[in-house]
Amino acid sequence: MTNKKALIKLWLIFFTFFKISPISFGGGYAMIPLLEKAVTKKNRWVKKEDISDVLVVAQTVPGSIAVNTATFVGYQVAGIPGALAATLGIITPTFVIILIFATLFLNFQHNPIIQAAFVGIRPAIVALILYAAYKIGLTAMIDKLTTIIALISLMLFLFLPVHPIIILIFGGVTGVLLSFRRSVHKTKTYSHSKGSSVTGD
Amino acid sequence: MLLSLFFTFLKIGFVSFGGGYSMIPVIEYEIKEHGWLTAQQFTDIIAVAGMSPGPIATNIAVFVGYKVGGPLGAVTSLVAISMPSLLIVFIICLFFNKVKNQQFVHSAFYGLRPVITGLVTYAAIKVAIQNQIITSFSNFHFDTIGVLFIVIGFLLLVLTKISPVSIILLSGVFGIIIYY
Repeated sequence: MTNKKALIKLWLIFFTFFKISPISFGGGYAMIPLLEKAVTKKNRWVKKEDISDVLVVAQTVPGSIAVNTATFVGYQVAGIPGALAATLGIITPTFVIILIFATLFLNFQHNPIIQAAFVGIRPAIVALILYAAYKIGLTAMIDKLTTIIALISLMLFLFLPVHPIIILIFGGVTGVLLSFRRSVHKTKTYSHSKGSSVTGD
Repeated sequence: MLLSLFFTFLKIGFVSFGGGYSMIPVIEYEIKEHGWLTAQQFTDIIAVAGMSPGPIATNIAVFVGYKVGGPLGAVTSLVAISMPSLLIVFIICLFFNKVKNQQFVHSAFYGLRPVITGLVTYAAIKVAIQNQIITSFSNFHFDTIGVLFIVIGFLLLVLTKISPVSIILLSGVFGIIIYY
């Protein structure tokens, strides 16, 4: 009996996220209101005042915010099985859809009309990526120091021929050290000159 | 093949901070290392991944996996790129009350976000160079129509509420009108 109840609960978790998943265009920010509604109002899995904490953590952890939120809520409702059910639920539909799109694209990519369309789409992709940078930049470059870190890291990515992960980790660690230093000393110029030499090593 | 797909995307899964677009140069670097795809094929994959629902990095991983290793490759990449955040969420769940709102997370992101901004900007420049929209900095040239597409697309995204998917579809239509 309890076994059956647990299975029904897992199925409910799976299906809740399964339904939201196909709407999650562009990384999941668009679906956050729907997700919020599903887990706070329809199912009362998370208290309304707690959902913003969940979202902050979901954004902080690597990976997409939608999948992380699902995993997180699933865990809170039914432990690890719940987390797995939620993750599978939110991943499966988009997985099937991208496979269909991929197959279609691979079949039609040599069609001249499709090729012409993609000549137009390629610069649009550049615009989309620039826009992503712009949006992150708005929250990231909040003072002189962060602006300088952004510029230095851009230069490193462009001209230092190493794996980008190395720069990402190096830069991240430098940033952490800098912000600690900043909160201790409150002197931006000093911590900056120190920081750029660390990043440049 | 499947093993190297698995470990590649597992590695990427651990560092995919700041939304899928920041992972484009990282995935691109790996693809070049393994010789899996050409630069232009990769841009087209980004386009298709951006048109589909779901997280863009996961979509790219699945498409690359599919192209390189068929359906099994697709599943392998999906599992590999999803596993790290699953693990990390588990760990955080166990310590949730201690982690949330902590000064450390705050400071980490104070430094990490500008680096990610640099990384994503770099991704945009790289994709533009690889598709011959601009040339590399020594001996600078650019493709006027391509740059026009970039500028108009960017301005539409910043100034209007038009969705990224609509931008891709619109630019496709204009691509057909201009180049077909």
